Amino acid sequence: MDFTDEQIERYSRHIILPEIGGRGQAKLLKSKVFVLGAGGLGSPALLYLAAAGVGAIGVADGDCVDISNLQRQIIHNNESIGKPKVFSAKESIEKINPDVKVMALHGRLTVENIREVIRDYDVALDGSDNFPTRFLMNDAAFFEQKTLVSGSMFRFDGQVSVFKPHKGYPCYRCLYPEPPPNGLVPSCQEAGVLGALAGVIGVLQAVEAIKEILGIGDTLAGNLLVFDALKMSFRKVKVGKDPECALCGPSASIKELKAYEEEACELRASKCEM
Amino acid sequence: MPVKVRIPTPLRKITNGSDEVAAEGRNVAELLSDLEAKFPGLKERICEPDGKLRRFVNLYLNDEDIRFKKNMETELKDNDEVSIIPAIAGGF
Repeated sequence: MDFTDEQIERYSRHIILPEIGGRGQAKLLKSKVFVLGAGGLGSPALLYLAAAGVGAIGVADGDCVDISNLQRQIIHNNESIGKPKVFSAKESIEKINPDVKVMALHGRLTVENIREVIRDYDVALDGSDNFPTRFLMNDAAFFEQKTLVSGSMFRFDGQVSVFKPHKGYPCYRCLYPEPPPNGLVPSCQEAGVLGALAGVIGVLQAVEAIKEILGIGDTLAGNLLVFDALKMSFRKVKVGKDPECALCGPSASIKELKAYEEEACELRASKCEM
Repeated sequence: MPVKVRIPTPLRKITNGSDEVAAEGRNVAELLSDLEAKFPGLKERICEPDGKLRRFVNLYLNDEDIRFKKNMETELKDNDEVSIIPAIAGGF
């Protein structure tokens, strides 16, 4: 592909890296990444993917921006309060990099729509805020054979991994076979989170997505990265491909998407002023 | 057989705030019994009533998931590190 003069300047710090070069930058510009959630993790991930010149970015979120989001959701600002997060995110991305085409989906992903939504993308990022959506995203990525870069956080802790069962690596269900029953994990009312932690985890997801697109380095496929902000420790543990995995194992019992019930959360509701 | 056990944030209430505790056992099952004796209530957060690990919690011996070793029978040596890592879901 031919770069414009402006693109050569814009991406010069990438192009100068032998691991990326003009060829890698062209790959990024032709790549399509889907980001589930324009919240704490989605915000920094989207900003860096956009800045990197990922050519097409899809983003889905059903919420609107609330003032309590701004402590960590840095893609939004005071003027976005009340607006759907995906439209606020689209505006920010377009200001950072006009090369990026943004597809904004204001709404929830469901058993009915998720496979079709992610079908056109090369890589998907999970920045969702609940277990039912995480399992839905994992299962849909498996059926559509999409690489999934998963990030999650709680208080001062974060986890990041890359799931690509279609390439022989484990899926999220190999790591955690089933979601916890409602009530067994701390409820959202207790769910404070260090704002800057979202930056650490979301940016790691962007790094892994970019590496997957470029095919460089070793990604976290087959590993789980566990970050503890209070101890400032990063630890990697192995994630094996579970031979008994109900989704990607040889005797898989899950043949289609299924929905888990989500625990109601007062804190999550945010008013839309549309 | 003193083993270092890393406690995740949601369980630190039970360990009086400690993020690392020492416990003993020749294998993981014994280690969990010792942990329960020292910190009552810990085991039920990690295991089902039948003693199997809950499906959203993993135990790692050093960096290896015990499910891919001998599970509860996985043997422990001095100075091993066991980490309890539960699934977390927040992206908020």
